[in-house]
Amino acid sequence: MERKTKIQAEDGKQEITITREFELPLDLLFKAYVESDIVEQWMGTRVLKLDSKKHGSYQFETTDPKGNKHGFNGVIHEFHPNRKITRTFEMENTSFGVQLEIYEFVKLTDDTSKLTMHVIYESVAQRDQVMQLPFAQGINMAHNRIQEILSKLK
Amino acid sequence: MNLRRDVFQAIADPTRRAILLLVASQSMTAGAIASNFDTARPTVSKHLQILTECELLEQKQDGREIHYYINAKKMKEVADFIEPFRNMWDDRFNKLETIMKKYNRGKK
Repeated sequence: MERKTKIQAEDGKQEITITREFELPLDLLFKAYVESDIVEQWMGTRVLKLDSKKHGSYQFETTDPKGNKHGFNGVIHEFHPNRKITRTFEMENTSFGVQLEIYEFVKLTDDTSKLTMHVIYESVAQRDQVMQLPFAQGINMAHNRIQEILSKLK
Repeated sequence: MNLRRDVFQAIADPTRRAILLLVASQSMTAGAIASNFDTARPTVSKHLQILTECELLEQKQDGREIHYYINAKKMKEVADFIEPFRNMWDDRFNKLETIMKKYNRGKK
């Protein structure tokens, strides 16, 4: 499958930009971020709360293969349908801090649209840690001991 | 052995990736690194040698001990390091696209 997602992460900066073009009309792309049951399907998470409006907030919960529950939450600061969402994102009970996420939704054609996700972290170190998470998780599958070590370092 | 080492060869091995992750959080001696693996010590030494040869790790004398440090600059050259992060988002977005295409058809 063609890789459509692009990530821009400059050295020494505490931000990243993720862009992706979708073969979806703009309103459908935006809907995927607003409707709880749709978010649940593509994010692979339970949506405990999703109040999509200015001053609204959200709470997600995932269960890992070992049965441990992981919480995620954030507050919505800006909400402009089919255009923009600004929100915070936090992984509960981790040392990754709170990140600021700015989503911009743009119509390309009647059937295609583009999402730009600008994510700002508390520090360069935290950005690098979060970006290395999936890499680390891949390793953990083979080396469970690494996970123990990392949790000791927290 | 006189094989030309490159970073991609180095990170192709899961044990070596695990070593990099360990040393990324703090510098360590060879013994401390080896104690984290069930693998035999000479095998770990061999991995350390390969990682050092391709400059992903650096050795520094610290008193009587030799500590291994991560070479952050070299690590960043390895696009592969953030590739799993990009793949994670790509997978999610592919799923989003598939679900919404179905959703759209259901409506019509």
